[in-house]
Amino acid sequence: MSGILILEQTLNGLQFGLMLFLLAAGLTLVFGIMDMINLAHGSLYMVGAYLMATFVQATGSFVLALALAVAGTAVIGMLLEVSLFRRLYQRDHLTQVLATFAVILIANELVRLVFGSQPVLLNTPAALSGPVDLLPGLAYSSYRLLIIAVGLAVALLLYLLVAKTRTGMLVRAGASNREMATAMGVNIRTLFTFVFGVGAGLCAIAGAMLGPILAVQVGMGESILILAFVVIVIGGIGSIRGALVGALLVGIVDTIGRAFLPALFREFLPPAYASNLGPAVASILIYVLMAAVLFWKPQGLFPARG
Amino acid sequence: MSAVRKLTLAGAAALVAAPLLLHVLEQDFYVGLASRIMIYAIAATSLNLILGYGGMVSFGHAAFLGAGAYTVGILMAEGVTSAWIAWPAAVGIAALFALVIGAISLRTRGVYFIMITLAFAQMMYYIFVSLKAYGGEDGLNLATRSGVGFGLDLKDDLTFYYLVLAALLATLYGMHRLVHARFGRVIEAIRENETRMEAVGFPTYRYKLVCFVIAGAVCGLAGALLANQANFVSPRLLDWIQSGSLMIMVILGGIGYLYGGVIGAFALLALEEALSAYTIYWQLPVGIVLLAAVLLAPRGLAGIFGRSVPAREAANG
Repeated sequence: MSGILILEQTLNGLQFGLMLFLLAAGLTLVFGIMDMINLAHGSLYMVGAYLMATFVQATGSFVLALALAVAGTAVIGMLLEVSLFRRLYQRDHLTQVLATFAVILIANELVRLVFGSQPVLLNTPAALSGPVDLLPGLAYSSYRLLIIAVGLAVALLLYLLVAKTRTGMLVRAGASNREMATAMGVNIRTLFTFVFGVGAGLCAIAGAMLGPILAVQVGMGESILILAFVVIVIGGIGSIRGALVGALLVGIVDTIGRAFLPALFREFLPPAYASNLGPAVASILIYVLMAAVLFWKPQGLFPARG
Repeated sequence: MSAVRKLTLAGAAALVAAPLLLHVLEQDFYVGLASRIMIYAIAATSLNLILGYGGMVSFGHAAFLGAGAYTVGILMAEGVTSAWIAWPAAVGIAALFALVIGAISLRTRGVYFIMITLAFAQMMYYIFVSLKAYGGEDGLNLATRSGVGFGLDLKDDLTFYYLVLAALLATLYGMHRLVHARFGRVIEAIRENETRMEAVGFPTYRYKLVCFVIAGAVCGLAGALLANQANFVSPRLLDWIQSGSLMIMVILGGIGYLYGGVIGAFALLALEEALSAYTIYWQLPVGIVLLAAVLLAPRGLAGIFGRSVPAREAANG
């Protein structure tokens, strides 16, 4: 187990964690401000990836397609908010689960109707298809480096938006105490449509950037949605900072665990056990992490509400 | 005789007569489907106990379905085919899992409870995926159905149907007795105001845990039946989508209504079956119907028909 290998897997974990953060940031704000469980958040991620694939084919430009996909998904998200989700804020969590589960079914089938059941091909841009030498002996995929750069840039922008602008101040006010913010004259309705659009746009960035690495297919949103929920629960619901820490933690723990645990188990256990146990423990590692965090800090690492 | 009791008797009579009618109509295929629906009705009813009456929003109930099913599957793979051993084992294992999961999860509340139950179900999902000796991701085929003796052969779909029906009726009767007993009253009171119940002197945590374990055990029985019905178990039984489906059955049917789980299971699975015959895109209309149900019938289908027992909507997260 060389240092190079560990470094490479840490970079992979960072890349995955940053994309998780993009998903979790929107989710945690929706959850934190409106107290709304949105299972359909993963569907916006899927829609973003499909739009990306479509626009890349239509325009031939990765950057232009990314911008179009993000804008398109943001518009779809805001339409969904205005038409449906608004009716759900005052309802209990169970109703929200049922309604957004229905949205998942509808979104999956609509995508299947339009694009078919087969995974859609989305290639990495030609300029970034090769590896670059980061260190002597460490050749790393340049596209994954781009993902890390985009993730860091978006995280920084989001931090500036939330921490330094007036809109961001209103968002924070809404997340820490919705009634009080409303009483102080904040138009929560409009604010929330905006937040929802931003969240959808972030989903689209994640979907578009991960598309070439993972498969663009129906159902891609569901598996990653659960991870995003794990992230926001670990981080503390409603907290952007918590989402970032939680996402990096989950991304790195998951990636490192999958990469090294099976080998580690082979060192200490008979091979028959190790081949079963290694992957199993690696898969459940993040859930153990979440259960442990909830056990000691039931409100998550960075509780948004005081 | 009250209206609810009349409807109950009519429903039970219809279920007893249904296979005969299907046989006359030469639609015997539907006997198997009806068995499957009734098994899900048992599972949904068990979830309704903690969700509707207890206000515990568990997003990981499929874990107990899977635990029961895999107990039967693994025992059968090891050569134990008797239902008298396998089914109590399935119930016991599911109850044991529920005890451990509940003991930890019930320390949290609200959204965190939803997420931690989900996390445990996901852990079990991945454990079964990695059980290569018992099929791993592909699942495990059962050689035969469990044997019950007394000259009954569960491989006969009709016999199996009536056994499942008996299990469903027993579950409903047990649940009826439970929620009207002192225990049920305490559980509902804890849902309404846990702090007060604690102040009055009830050990609320223990009551909730017992309720959680009962629900897990009953769901384990449903899992054992499901493994027999399909002759197949796979990790998909523990998927979070499965937990979500069970929740949807309960919400659709009517939270905190005795028949909520039954109505929901029948409505959802029959709808799926009917639509999938017409179009491969059946999830689209199912989604639209679900959405309409949420917006137009907030108390579920049972809430449209029955006025009685308007158990308050489950505690808000």
